[in-house]
Amino acid sequence: MGSFPFSAIVGQNEMKQALLIAAVDARIGGVMIFGDRGTGKSTAARALAATLPLIQVVDGCRFNSAPEAIADSPDYVPGAKVRSVKAKVPFVDLPLGSTEDRVLGTLDLERALAHGEKQFEPGLLAKAHRGFLYIDEINLLEDHVVDLLLDVAASGENLVERDGLSIRHPARFVLVGSGNPEEGELRPQLLDRFGLSVEVRTPEDIADRVEIMKRCDANEQDGASFAAAWADEDAKVLKRIAKAKAALPKVETPEAILEDMATLCKAVGADGLRGELTLMRGSRALAALDGKKTVTRKHLKEIAPLALRHRLRRNVLDETGSTTRIERALEELFG
Amino acid sequence: MSEATALDAVVSDAELALQLFVRSPSLFGGIVLRGDGPVRDEMVAFAKGAISKFGSVAKIPSNVDAERLLGGLDLTATLATGQSVMRAGLLDSAAGGAVIVPMAERVQANVAAHIAQAMDGGDVAAILLDDSQEPDEAPPAVLTERMAFSCDVSTLRSFAGEAAVQPIALSKVQPLGDAQLHAIAATSAALGIGSVRALIFANSVARAHAALSGRTQPINDDIAAAVRLVLSPRATQMPQMEPHPPEPEEDQPQDNEPDDTDEDRNIEDIDLEDIMLDAAAAAIPKHILDQVDGAAKRGGPLKKNGGQGGKSGQKQKSAMRGRPLGSRPGVPGNGKRLSLIDSLRAAAPWQNIRRQAARADDTRIIHIRKSDLRVRHYEQRTESLTIFAVDASGSSALSRLAEAKGAVEMMLAQAYVKRSQVALIAFRQNAAEILLPPTRSLTRARRALAALPGGGGTPLAAGLMAAQQLAEAAQRAGQTPTIAILTDGKGNVAMDGAAANRTVAMEEAHQAARGVAALALNCIVIDISPRPREEAADLAAALNGRYLPLPQAQSAAMVAAIESLNA
Repeated sequence: MGSFPFSAIVGQNEMKQALLIAAVDARIGGVMIFGDRGTGKSTAARALAATLPLIQVVDGCRFNSAPEAIADSPDYVPGAKVRSVKAKVPFVDLPLGSTEDRVLGTLDLERALAHGEKQFEPGLLAKAHRGFLYIDEINLLEDHVVDLLLDVAASGENLVERDGLSIRHPARFVLVGSGNPEEGELRPQLLDRFGLSVEVRTPEDIADRVEIMKRCDANEQDGASFAAAWADEDAKVLKRIAKAKAALPKVETPEAILEDMATLCKAVGADGLRGELTLMRGSRALAALDGKKTVTRKHLKEIAPLALRHRLRRNVLDETGSTTRIERALEELFG
Repeated sequence: MSEATALDAVVSDAELALQLFVRSPSLFGGIVLRGDGPVRDEMVAFAKGAISKFGSVAKIPSNVDAERLLGGLDLTATLATGQSVMRAGLLDSAAGGAVIVPMAERVQANVAAHIAQAMDGGDVAAILLDDSQEPDEAPPAVLTERMAFSCDVSTLRSFAGEAAVQPIALSKVQPLGDAQLHAIAATSAALGIGSVRALIFANSVARAHAALSGRTQPINDDIAAAVRLVLSPRATQMPQMEPHPPEPEEDQPQDNEPDDTDEDRNIEDIDLEDIMLDAAAAAIPKHILDQVDGAAKRGGPLKKNGGQGGKSGQKQKSAMRGRPLGSRPGVPGNGKRLSLIDSLRAAAPWQNIRRQAARADDTRIIHIRKSDLRVRHYEQRTESLTIFAVDASGSSALSRLAEAKGAVEMMLAQAYVKRSQVALIAFRQNAAEILLPPTRSLTRARRALAALPGGGGTPLAAGLMAAQQLAEAAQRAGQTPTIAILTDGKGNVAMDGAAANRTVAMEEAHQAARGVAALALNCIVIDISPRPREEAADLAAALNGRYLPLPQAQSAAMVAAIESLNA
């Protein structure tokens, strides 16, 4: 399947919202999507990456460097002429069985054998720089690979110290993980590292299902004209992201709202400080997407389930879902 | 017209599915052929011949590694020629065509993930040969989810496919009408199919079926074929069997179309949906039916795990087997295997220096030192599985059941950290039932536990047998099972389901217990009767396990006792 226009995705508003927030502020720290197979998780992430405007990259740079940041690239030779080309926002799909070698990068065997040179062959992290890194079924991925990914995602830099290599290159990407909680849980420490989490469900509404079939069929028959039909909508989304990105530094968060955030985290028992930070960043990005200059309670309420639901300490014998608990707390605290 | 005759000769749905698949492999993603036999071999040969007209077909051996799958440097050729020689991966070489995966139910999770990724790219289709014997075996859901067709070919007597196969031109067929789309959507909802991919496939299959039949306008026969071929094998519930329909729109689709004022058409819609539902229900394959049936008998909520009933277990199983974890410096021997590529990789950077340092008469092409040697090491995941066999009969007070549920949940809550799984068997009335197949998922466990009913006689022997079977399956998968039996030890239902003959029942129970004992596992019998008696202690002795009277059965104490077994 080719890429599907982002705005043509039927329903799944929460997921789309979360991805938009991540696109506006990458520091939010990744999006975790819980849900069954075939609910459009990877389609949505892929679509957003394809919708975003082309980026400038240095020609021939294997690390997707921006022309102004070429000095950070291990490929950079001081004094060399830098030519930049336009490229699509990268979207890297990390398969389940990926080894550390493929993720981090490793010694370039070809160069080593043919020329006896020690050279670094970039891995998937370098490929994903400035784009999206999508991991399907993250709950089935080897723990040490997940740890590694989250580490790099948090620091924005990949540091390789292996095979006699010592390399450092920037790797800033939006991490999108997906998984089905029925097939195994994620460690709480791991979940906490994700900024936002989304629960997607299969569309139950028959009308929605019919609409999905229609749109997919149209896309399959004639992808070009389908994309053209949705180009205007996609352009609107793009504009919204660009505006929000520009406005983000100027969005104000009143003291009262910050207090609300702290109160909420305490009330629901969200462990750690990450919850509050994500609430703050998320509601700011949301306000920016809304074209507002100040964060309000409305934004806080909207972002709270996404930012907190995966951080609640689980009570084994309490079957109430995390989302319900957050909603209840919101209701009690802020009416 | 050869195309028309090709369809005329088709008698079974499996053949129909294959005929459709070979005409547009990338559109349909793939096909699962379940059941070994000569007919399947013929079908595969036919598919190979048909697809190789426009794309190549590659077979993926079960021991394939990621390097061969994805391609990379051909080390042998590179060393021989002194120039880098790249080798295309199996998936690349099959681009535009298809890969054949034999023994698909045993394919490893990482291999499946790479194939699934290639399928997402849209240029590789897959033919899965599924040799499953056990009901809980199945090809990985990541793959089956991405394929339109799944058929049982074990009952086919013969297959004759024509070699001349033309690709289908879907563009000549009109899109499906609203009523037809509605019928597909409603049918899939009634069958409990969550995945949207099923809908998309059904739509394509309906159109392809129309094209193959020489029509430009899809008719209801085409929809029925799509429903049978795509939706029925994915069913997770029988239509209209749920006690209270969760989605009212299943029965009254017109509710969703308030703007649709044409009353007559709506009635037709419903008729069409009914027809499709009947067609779908009739075509549900037997092994799926059994699973669906079991869920319905349980009286609990019908399970809907990822749109593929009961298939997730198998995938986890294959993910658990020891996986190569790269290599470490070391000398081969002593059970350690040399990792050739990694050894060469380690030696490579030093070749120039060593060559210069070597004596002039040293003509070796590669200079390898002992320090370069790398050995493979595998991650041996010695996962543990705790099997709870819970006596849910009337004689075990219901309150005890709650404690047992609590213990299962407590163990599961720590399951991730401890790398352990939990399974739950309940025995009551006249049979034992696996309420919770081995899982790490708290979500799934909670749902199964909520449905745990109580009351009736005590078919102790049946419970023990079920535990033994689970334990054996776990051992085969490389896990270490532990059995915890929660009972008062008073069996009173024999294996054949006959109640009241206590002596026979107990005799059978002890026989079953000795069978379990032969597995040499850690066993514990937790006596949950208010006044512990010797029956349960005897049972523990027959099991060669521990006996723990726990009249005030408490979840925490139970968990502590079970964990002390493996300590």
